[in-house]
Amino acid sequence: MKVPLSWLKDFVEITLPIEELAHLLTMAGLEVEEITYIGLPMPEKGQRQETKITGFTWEPDKIVVGAIHEVMPHPNADRLVLCRLEDGLQEQIVLTGAPNLFPYKGIGPLPKPIMVAYAKEGAQIYDGHQAGQVLVTLKRAKIRGVESYSMACSEKELGISDEHSGIIFLDDDARPGMPLVDYMGDAVFDIAITPNIARDANILGVAREVSALTGQPLRPPSWDMITEGPPIEGSVAVEIREPELNPRFVVGLIEGIEIKPSPYKIQRRLRLAGMRPINNIVDATNYVMLEVGQPLHAFNYDALVKRVNGKTPTIITRRAIQNEKLTTLDDVERTLDDFSVMVCDTEGSLSIAGVMGGEETEVNDETTRILLEGAAWNYINIRRTLTKQKFSSEAGYRFSRGVHPEMAIRGVCRGLELMRQLSGGKIRQGLVDNYPLPAHDPVVEITTQDVERWLGISLSTLEMADILKRLEFDVEISDNKVKAKTPDHRMDIGEGVVGMADILEEIARIYGYERIPETRMSDELPPQRDNPYHDLEEHARDILVNLGLQEVVSYRMTSPEREARRFPLGTSIEHPSYIKLANAIVSERVVLRQSVLGSVLETVERNARLQPRLALFEIGPVFLPVENQLLPDEPRQLVIALSGSRTLPGWQPADTTPMDFFDIKGVIHAFLEGLHMPEMRCEPGEHPTYHPGKCACLWMDEKEIGVFGELHPLLREQLELPEAPVLAAELDLDAILAAIPQRYAVEGAPAFPPVLEDLAVVVDENVPADSVASLIKETGGKTVIAVRLFDVYRDEKIGAGKKSLAYSVTYQLTDRTLTDKEVAKIRQRIVRQLEQQLDAKLRS
Amino acid sequence: MLSELEQIEKNALAALNSTQDEAGLMEWHVAHLGRSAPIMRVFDKLGQLAKEERPMIGKRANEVKRALEAAEAERNGVLHQAALSRALQSERLDVTLPGRPVQHGRLHPSTQTLRKVYRIFAEMGFQVYRSRDVETDEYNFQLLNFPPHHPAREMQDSFYIAGDHAEDNALLLRTHTSPGQIRSMREYAATDPKNPPPVRIILPGMCYRYEQITARSEIQFNQVEGLAVGKGITFCDLKGTLSDFARRMYGAHVQIRFRAGHFPFTEPSAEMDIECFVCGGVGCPVCKRTGWLEILGCGMVHPIVLQNGGYDPRQYSGYAFGMGTERITMLAHRIEDIRNFWANDMRFLQQF
Repeated sequence: MKVPLSWLKDFVEITLPIEELAHLLTMAGLEVEEITYIGLPMPEKGQRQETKITGFTWEPDKIVVGAIHEVMPHPNADRLVLCRLEDGLQEQIVLTGAPNLFPYKGIGPLPKPIMVAYAKEGAQIYDGHQAGQVLVTLKRAKIRGVESYSMACSEKELGISDEHSGIIFLDDDARPGMPLVDYMGDAVFDIAITPNIARDANILGVAREVSALTGQPLRPPSWDMITEGPPIEGSVAVEIREPELNPRFVVGLIEGIEIKPSPYKIQRRLRLAGMRPINNIVDATNYVMLEVGQPLHAFNYDALVKRVNGKTPTIITRRAIQNEKLTTLDDVERTLDDFSVMVCDTEGSLSIAGVMGGEETEVNDETTRILLEGAAWNYINIRRTLTKQKFSSEAGYRFSRGVHPEMAIRGVCRGLELMRQLSGGKIRQGLVDNYPLPAHDPVVEITTQDVERWLGISLSTLEMADILKRLEFDVEISDNKVKAKTPDHRMDIGEGVVGMADILEEIARIYGYERIPETRMSDELPPQRDNPYHDLEEHARDILVNLGLQEVVSYRMTSPEREARRFPLGTSIEHPSYIKLANAIVSERVVLRQSVLGSVLETVERNARLQPRLALFEIGPVFLPVENQLLPDEPRQLVIALSGSRTLPGWQPADTTPMDFFDIKGVIHAFLEGLHMPEMRCEPGEHPTYHPGKCACLWMDEKEIGVFGELHPLLREQLELPEAPVLAAELDLDAILAAIPQRYAVEGAPAFPPVLEDLAVVVDENVPADSVASLIKETGGKTVIAVRLFDVYRDEKIGAGKKSLAYSVTYQLTDRTLTDKEVAKIRQRIVRQLEQQLDAKLRS
Repeated sequence: MLSELEQIEKNALAALNSTQDEAGLMEWHVAHLGRSAPIMRVFDKLGQLAKEERPMIGKRANEVKRALEAAEAERNGVLHQAALSRALQSERLDVTLPGRPVQHGRLHPSTQTLRKVYRIFAEMGFQVYRSRDVETDEYNFQLLNFPPHHPAREMQDSFYIAGDHAEDNALLLRTHTSPGQIRSMREYAATDPKNPPPVRIILPGMCYRYEQITARSEIQFNQVEGLAVGKGITFCDLKGTLSDFARRMYGAHVQIRFRAGHFPFTEPSAEMDIECFVCGGVGCPVCKRTGWLEILGCGMVHPIVLQNGGYDPRQYSGYAFGMGTERITMLAHRIEDIRNFWANDMRFLQQF
């Protein structure tokens, strides 16, 4: 919200420098995001700033009030005029093209001079003709034969707004020669208003905070009005059908008004606060809203009377009928829902409550009588309407955050009185005030112990009461207790223990967070708990990183099309239905993923041509709907991908052959071994993603916990990946981590020497290598402590359909040295078993 | 005979001095200390000498032999040393050539930052508590004191899940890790509902916001949140703990400030800022010309949240805080575009 300093000063004395005030507000939760200087002296460059600063300073001797006494035609240009202007020291001839001076052209000396903002030669102002804000210095120039060296300024040129359609006409209280900065120099704070301080979304609200923070007394505006008209009785009735949604509705009537522009001061303040001046009546409603926070709505009273054929209008507030239509004053026909509240008369709807007026009863240039509405609405309901209507307005902004019902009557009084002053109308005596659901302002009791328990500081009841009084709470002190009654302008204080926290926040804020000391917790430590879900996942990450893999993290939102790209085209796959987003933001992120592999393959695609070698993993959830369960399951998957050169190429010879199936198998083995997992069964697998002959499944007991292999060549082509095989593994991380043994046995280094022997056997091609090794181990018993395959060999000598497997077998006992005889005996047994069970032949 | 010995010694030593390498030395050994070497022949001839001559000649012959052996050993040392020097000289490497490349693994930068946060808080007794990504409106908002249509919800635009869920309990992707506050408190409180144990946890995880993807905003981001609940926890503790955290995360001398803020689930609420480490506080684009960097949001746990978690706010109090992992990483490394985090380009990831 934009808050002009001058307006703030209407309600509270401010002696602090601008920057310090901004700091004070920021620390108290009214974050000043920007200060725009409108003429006032700015802090020096290079000084430490806490706030973004924009704007510029009006030099007091170069930008002054000027009085135009005569507007004369330009000898050579129709669209320019010459002004006889007095700048307090002397008379100047000023050239301008401002259209709002044209009506005065050539009519001779003006009966009443026009007061303008006058920039002398050498003054710095914004360039009115360039987009944005560009500072320029006024220089002497000849324009169409007439010398020009100074100018009368528009708002844009002075940084007040982007208005540049004419020059500023100042109010009559301006005195020629007066430095303009003294007359109307200002600074505008742009304050972020969080929902809890909605009460501060107005000048008075911010002034109240300043008062509380600085101790300067608040000078609230007067709510009195001068009523010279007849009593209001009989001219309007108000009927509220849903007090929950419309607790209060107040109207007043002003007659004999003249619609015209507002004085410049009002217009300027509206513009500084970010609104556009319209006319004195609309401006009065907006001015009051900005000033005290109560949005008002001005009805053309005669239009209301006309609708009921001269009878007394009755204002009715009710819920809309579903799909009810109303053309609002922005000329849009709107369709309403049955939760939205409408302001109506006996003939139909007039406006959308708290949101926007209707076209028919809008104020126009001929309007002479105004029925002014100030109402209180349920803010949740207004918010729903705004969201549904996709609409936002200054009034809607305030009503949707909560405006206290007490402000309705104050707003109407202030609004009518302002209209009277600006338009010369007469206010009818009295108001029609229908208030079926009076506001309840909570009374909260708070003790010194509460302050100590929650904030950790000791305050006396007097100190507590002082802070609360500054914020206009009514306070009563007894013993260690302060009883605080919420002032009737705020709706953020709750009851009971919630009210306690609300009040504590106010105390802390005004006391100053900076003054609250830092301590280390002395509270009891909670029982420390085992946390395997998290710890083991991190442990898994460490092992994978130690194996040389790069961790990646992907979007968990994807699209079914993207996910299907992990299968060769045309594969039909059954999968659970996707968890879909109701409001996706980009077309490629519309569902939650069911496969981490899909995400990882995207990473492979992105990097494959940029890296000689890829080795990566991702750990993360997939999202699976479960029948009769509100929330989906979120099991964790581990996906590993490898591709490219086995070792990184350097300047020396390296193993740059592409990685293959056995590389990923090695990584998986090392990973599981790192976790001390019991051995898992690896069986040939079948899965559409993988090469049919280079795919394996990992089994733990009877549960399949993963699949890995080389990507199907078709898939690699589809993804337009380079020639090298892409190896991938998808593992059920939850199942794996759950199976990690709590303990594992370790033996000391053996004291007796091992015996190493090589053993090469020829077997049929279809005998799995695994079964040979298992049989060797099984037969060797505890004496054979290691069996390592070191060669696989095929050639004609061995015979077609045969292969030779060569193992290095380690024999060892823990308690003594093995003799050659013992080893030979075991070896003999092994060979016999291999021959008998696998039809193996020993190679010599 | 004696002069013959003198001559043998002299000849042998002269020959020894002209040996240049191990092979030469070997030849010398055969010629001068080998079986048929002159000195050996002297020993052979000893028996033929007169009895009285024998001891003297024998003694002298032994002396010569020992002298030759010693000289040989010495010469061997010299030659070996020379050979070694030559070899070392010729084996000199260009040490500026690159080493053999080793591909080592790295954790994703977000994981690294999360772990740094875990480590610091673990030492203060905070344990990690994980919870789910898909949440109910109830846990993500209502129980955290965001009633339906509450204005504070505007600060957290959500991704909703399609489906026929009850209107007041839609499913959504969590917008913050705070639903874990309720889940953890309820879990702790269930262990002893009459006298719930204190809580001190760190809640990390992926969160989601309905936002345009730009250099500054992402649809998903990691958040790490903390929660401490007990019978004597105050705003002073909050300030102390988080200042300690900031000093460990950002350096012992970092300037810290707490200013009033707003979160529906804490009261009083605060924003913790640290002095901008890019410009030292004078103002720059990184700190948006304020000299301060917003690092985390925090506050005393709202009584309604305590109550919803099973903790009586008349007896218990606590604080909570939360920060964005990627934002921390971006500030630390001056990364300008948040989209780098999930793009998984190795050229980015391999710098961490």
